Amino acid sequence: MTSLSLTLLTPLIGGLVLILMRSPGPAGWLNLGVSGLTLAGSLGLAWSVWHLGSVAGMGFRVDAFNVYLVVLTAFVGLTTGIFSRPYMRYVQASGRISAWSLRVYHGMYQAFMLTMLVALTTDNLGVLWVAVEGATLATVLLVSLYRTPEAVEAAWKYFILCGVGIALALFGTVLTYFAAQHVMADPGTGLTWSALYERSHDLDPTVMRIAFVFLLVGYGTKVGLVPMHQWLPDAHSEGPTPMSAVLSGLLLNVALYAVVRLKMLVDGSLAETATPHLAGALLMGFGLVSFLVAGLFLHRQRDIKRMFSYSSIEHMGLMTFAFGLGGPLATFGALLHMLVHSLTKSAIFITVGHATHVAGTQSIDRIRGLIRTQPAIGWSLLFGVVAIAGFPPFGVFTSEFLLLTATMQSQPWFTVVLLSGLAVAFAGLFRHLHPMVYGAAPEGQRPVEANMLPVYFHLGLVLWLGLAIPDVLSAWLDRATQLITGGHLL
Amino acid sequence: MSLTLLTLLQQFVLLLAALALFLSFVLLSQTRLIAAIRVFAWQGALVAAVTLTVALAGHAHHLYFSAALTLGLKAMLIPAMLHRMTRRLGLERQSETLSRPALVIMAAVVLVIFSYWVVEPMVANGLAFTRNIIAVSLAVVLIGLLMMVFRQQAVAQVLGFMSMENGLFLAAVSATAGMPLVVELGVAFDVLVAMVLFGVFFFQIRESIDSLDVDRLNRLTETEEGR
Repeated sequence: MTSLSLTLLTPLIGGLVLILMRSPGPAGWLNLGVSGLTLAGSLGLAWSVWHLGSVAGMGFRVDAFNVYLVVLTAFVGLTTGIFSRPYMRYVQASGRISAWSLRVYHGMYQAFMLTMLVALTTDNLGVLWVAVEGATLATVLLVSLYRTPEAVEAAWKYFILCGVGIALALFGTVLTYFAAQHVMADPGTGLTWSALYERSHDLDPTVMRIAFVFLLVGYGTKVGLVPMHQWLPDAHSEGPTPMSAVLSGLLLNVALYAVVRLKMLVDGSLAETATPHLAGALLMGFGLVSFLVAGLFLHRQRDIKRMFSYSSIEHMGLMTFAFGLGGPLATFGALLHMLVHSLTKSAIFITVGHATHVAGTQSIDRIRGLIRTQPAIGWSLLFGVVAIAGFPPFGVFTSEFLLLTATMQSQPWFTVVLLSGLAVAFAGLFRHLHPMVYGAAPEGQRPVEANMLPVYFHLGLVLWLGLAIPDVLSAWLDRATQLITGGHLL
Repeated sequence: MSLTLLTLLQQFVLLLAALALFLSFVLLSQTRLIAAIRVFAWQGALVAAVTLTVALAGHAHHLYFSAALTLGLKAMLIPAMLHRMTRRLGLERQSETLSRPALVIMAAVVLVIFSYWVVEPMVANGLAFTRNIIAVSLAVVLIGLLMMVFRQQAVAQVLGFMSMENGLFLAAVSATAGMPLVVELGVAFDVLVAMVLFGVFFFQIRESIDSLDVDRLNRLTETEEGR
């Protein structure tokens, strides 16, 4: 419990201190320290979950499934913090934001981390909703941080679309609570996930079916599933780059986590009915459409951050499809994919942030010759994209391979669709990437001060996961798989 | 499902909920902002009244608290904040011209029918009362959604958002006798923070496009020819 409170209280207190702190200099360092302490807490939490199986109390419950996302969230939070300190100082020095905006930035960064961690660790579906909505509120001011008309528009769109989506999710939550009223002995526990899961077979299937549609549309908006994805490219392209990294790397994962938890409840409730796999089929449908549409949209992008946000939609679609497919192999693959996608995508966004400073623009057409101007950035971008496109020996290849194998086993025809989707996405990424990395550098393009350490670290981890998944991690993911599907893979 | 089978109290709750639904329609077609804010405040008061009735009927003590919370937040604080912002933005006299108001009202009617259709399978649970109340609150939520889509004025969109929240509160209170207190407080907190942020955005939007007509926020498109 101490490590849990350390994980949750650190960003809470840190965020409050950061928003009150007047001097901008140490704020970046403090942000880093707070993130580091959060990571330490999450590792302690992982340690106790590993030994005890699960940690529960005071409305929180941490098991094998969410603890690995907690560690991932804290880790990416820390590395993005390392990147964001010099990056935001550069932005402030260039006069795009005021000192007050920087304070808001740091405070909201920690508030966002807090909401993510609460959403992951809570056992209460209502608190889950509050935390996911809180994540929107914490990030919406950051999207409009630069105050350009585009940024304000993106933030408004983000606010309205996610607000509507999440309101529908609350309606789904109310319906779930309604179904629980007839089942639970103590109605007060009607939103407690673990209690509901134990009694999920008794939940009324008709109510749960309707509830799941609302929940899927609601949380699916935050996952970025097509057609509720409209906010995502805008918010990613107009907000500061560290924000894009954590949105893509963390927020989407957490929303997907919520969907998977709810699917587990609905599966239990529908098991005895004529449509036991309704939830899975819905996830597969939404996932596949997102995967294909985003792959096609990759070709049309002119803004580098927009392009990679479509790549995020594509990968979230793939994971949603895999969770919908169900079964130990697909679930294991999807969990691994969540991990490697977060690491790779945040590394890419960090690199892109530096690249846009080198070129002075986000327009793909005007970013040229990165390898010549600053090899570290050019090569990182190249390797990052190679990794995200699913080439061996990177970890994304491993997880995509597992997903394809699982698809081959249960729904062979979808393998063809998935493979062509991957090919389309690959072509879309590389046609834009090639001139950006190799093209002739425009005159007067100068290297910028860049801290590439987080990028190397992330890509190194992804490479390691592609070459050999450590026993600890595979055993861990296997535990999570068993929790979700009831079956072992290893 | 004969209404006479319901207890007097349930009929009263249904009456209040139906009035809230009616106010959703009024909100949808009210073009003057100040009047719309007033309508929204009355809707909030109705939701609070429903909460109070349920609390009185079921002797659920935490519902007294949530009735007070709803009344304070939805009927007083948020309308007051909106009112103040509208004045500071100089929009008191502004009235929006609606395109095809009759069509939108028809769409709202369709949404009400749709809500009943969605809830129809839940008849197995018996209770005509719960089914009615869930259908009505779903209709309030969906009409709020319609309002956000169809209104171009930022303040009107926020009113749509907040009236969606009213529908959600209505569902939570009347169908399930209230969510756990921690959830209710969390939701109220989120709504309040959202309102403050909406206020910040009103000024940011006006600063960037010199108006609150959100339709003019159209720089970000998929084709991006001009960029």
